[in-house]
Amino acid sequence: MKVRVLYFAGLREQVGSSSEEIELPAGVSTLAGLRSHLVARGGAWRSALAETRLVRMAVNQQMAQAASAIRSGDEVAFFPPVTGG
Amino acid sequence: MKILVQREDFDVGAEIRALAGDARIGAVASFIGLVRDLNDGSAVATMTLEHYPGMTEKAIGKIVEEARGRWEVLDCTVIHRFGELKPADQIVLVAVASGHRGDAFAACEFLMDYLKTRAPFWKKEQTPQGARWVEARATDDEAAGRWQRKEPGAA
Repeated sequence: MKVRVLYFAGLREQVGSSSEEIELPAGVSTLAGLRSHLVARGGAWRSALAETRLVRMAVNQQMAQAASAIRSGDEVAFFPPVTGG
Repeated sequence: MKILVQREDFDVGAEIRALAGDARIGAVASFIGLVRDLNDGSAVATMTLEHYPGMTEKAIGKIVEEARGRWEVLDCTVIHRFGELKPADQIVLVAVASGHRGDAFAACEFLMDYLKTRAPFWKKEQTPQGARWVEARATDDEAAGRWQRKEPGAA
């Protein structure tokens, strides 16, 4: 199961990547699961996406929660709280 | 309803005149957000706005739909810029046309409060101390929270 993952703003700079295709390991079916999978990479990923960091998430360009399901082909995004306007 | 996410500047007068063609409209309320030259004690040389292309337009569209469900919104225009901006540059325009001022003012303020907390934009400032991402403010969440509807039966 593959998903496209996007990173924005300070989070993008921290992980040094704006997007990637990720093959999800078996058993990862929610945003929380994907986030843990990325944190397990360690280094910048661990610090940028740690549980203690305030991270917002979207699935297919809609704001989503940690428990939101992700499916093959989805576009997932991680970013800091927004500061527009 | 007009929603634009663009790098270019906009002409507020022309945008407001463009809203006023419908004779049912008795009120147009507008808000313009500008870049300040000082934020959190630091001089701001430039400000760069990043956004999430695709989601940004959808998120603003949802916010506009929500406003239309709450107030009489005969027409509205939302323009939000991205890219590099300088102090005094225009960032955002929200203009709402309604039959009467009450709905126009309320919908305009609601749109701005929700834009600040739900539209995927991020500001980065260049200051003499270096570049820094602007932190989200609790006061913006509180401003948006004022518009939360009470559940039926809630105190």
